[in-house]
Amino acid sequence: MNVPLPNADHLVGIVFLIMIGLTITGGVIACNANRLVRAVAGLVVCFVGVAGLYYFLNSPFIAMMQMLIYVGAVAVTISFAIMFAAPEESKKHGPPGTLAGPFGLITAGLLFGGFTLLALKTDWQVHAKINDGSVETMGKLLLTEYAMVFELISIVLLTAIIGALIIARRGRSS
Amino acid sequence: MELTLLNVVIAVTIAIGFAALNAAYLVWAERRGAGRIQNRPGPNINGPLGLLQPPLDGIKLMAKQLIIPGGADKALFIAAPVLAMAPAIVSFVTLPFSDTIIAHNLNIGVLAIFAFASLGGISLLFAGWSSRNKYAVMSSVRAVSQAIAYEIPMLVTVITVVLITGTMNLMEIVEAQKGGIWNWYFFPFTSGLYNPLMTMSFLIFFICALAETNRAPFDLGEAESELVAGFHTEYGSMGFGLFFMGEYANIVIGSCLTTLLFLGGWDAPLPVLSFIPGVVWFLIKIYLIIATIIWIRWTFPRTTIYGLLNLSWKILIPLSLFNLLLTAGLLKVV
Repeated sequence: MNVPLPNADHLVGIVFLIMIGLTITGGVIACNANRLVRAVAGLVVCFVGVAGLYYFLNSPFIAMMQMLIYVGAVAVTISFAIMFAAPEESKKHGPPGTLAGPFGLITAGLLFGGFTLLALKTDWQVHAKINDGSVETMGKLLLTEYAMVFELISIVLLTAIIGALIIARRGRSS
Repeated sequence: MELTLLNVVIAVTIAIGFAALNAAYLVWAERRGAGRIQNRPGPNINGPLGLLQPPLDGIKLMAKQLIIPGGADKALFIAAPVLAMAPAIVSFVTLPFSDTIIAHNLNIGVLAIFAFASLGGISLLFAGWSSRNKYAVMSSVRAVSQAIAYEIPMLVTVITVVLITGTMNLMEIVEAQKGGIWNWYFFPFTSGLYNPLMTMSFLIFFICALAETNRAPFDLGEAESELVAGFHTEYGSMGFGLFFMGEYANIVIGSCLTTLLFLGGWDAPLPVLSFIPGVVWFLIKIYLIIATIIWIRWTFPRTTIYGLLNLSWKILIPLSLFNLLLTAGLLKVV
């Protein structure tokens, strides 16, 4: 019996598969959970999986930001909102939307078919590395080539903050 | 070094072993220290100086039944303590202990540690919510608002250091402080960019590290006089044990970061003393900080939640932002 010991490449492959598994499982839990907090937990799992995929895509910085912002801030904020909003007992089922039932199935089928076609027909170009993925490169690109996008995103965030303040203000009596 | 399965396994084992051993024996140190400060013996029956107490506690915890309260969310209830412990272990991957002892020298080491630490908040939320206990929920909401409040000044202070060194690599940050105690970043005027406020940013970072690890005087998450035992009220057996170990592992990480960012890492305080290996200096420094943390816990009373949040939002954040501006200005001038 000569069972080869798994070497580092296998290990990396296994970790990659685990990350894909985490992303998909997390997504499925987030969509199908009965309790909202469990859905958030699924979302967290999904975020961690996506962060792992970013790491494999040679951008550790984005991976860490994904963890810091999405897991550390967004998921926490969502769970705060859920805990304060509705107690779990008063779960209500609203009337099904127009997309529920056969339409939903058709939409899902079309989307699946479309994406499959897209994936199969596209001539994917494999880049070993686009750039070195370091913080320096990213910072320079953000402030030169993508400066416009960068500024636009900050305007979007500013609008969101002001909007949230206005909504919060309206609820107060004074 | 080449990446092989054996290396990975050894590194992970060392990380877990170091974290677990520290957690176990810091509890002992804490209880002995508390005894000393409060003028009583502390645990001294089992073994010499009570040194057998931690393994016995561990056996006791493991032998207990894990009781899941009725109505609790079972999956999250079990996941929460694991989620509290796991990120702490992962953080050890990128923490250098000397110029040679490091598992993986990440280029963004500082960021990675904060990213993993941010998982801790969510574990507290899940623990509190899934226990189905009012006190637990109250406590987890408190703990998370505290964590968010103190993450901001902590990160701003870290950005100050990153600005000075121009790197997020922990090894390079320590390299930049080489050459004796006056080059360490906690020292004003001579270190870094001759910034006179470096001692202040060291203090801000240290206070935030205390608050982030939920240590007294900021342990409002488990204020036992108000909230039974906080978010781990319903946890018994090793579930509680994992929370406990996670807390102590986080204390170790906090002191490691303080040492690396402000106290020169493994650099000897005087160049004459550099014949002593760096790892010895590093361990001396982190255990001095940990001793201070224990000392503070048993000397100061707990603050109130308003006092705590006011301290962060009204004092620490403005101060750290001012220091950031000053550092950015000095970067242009010097």
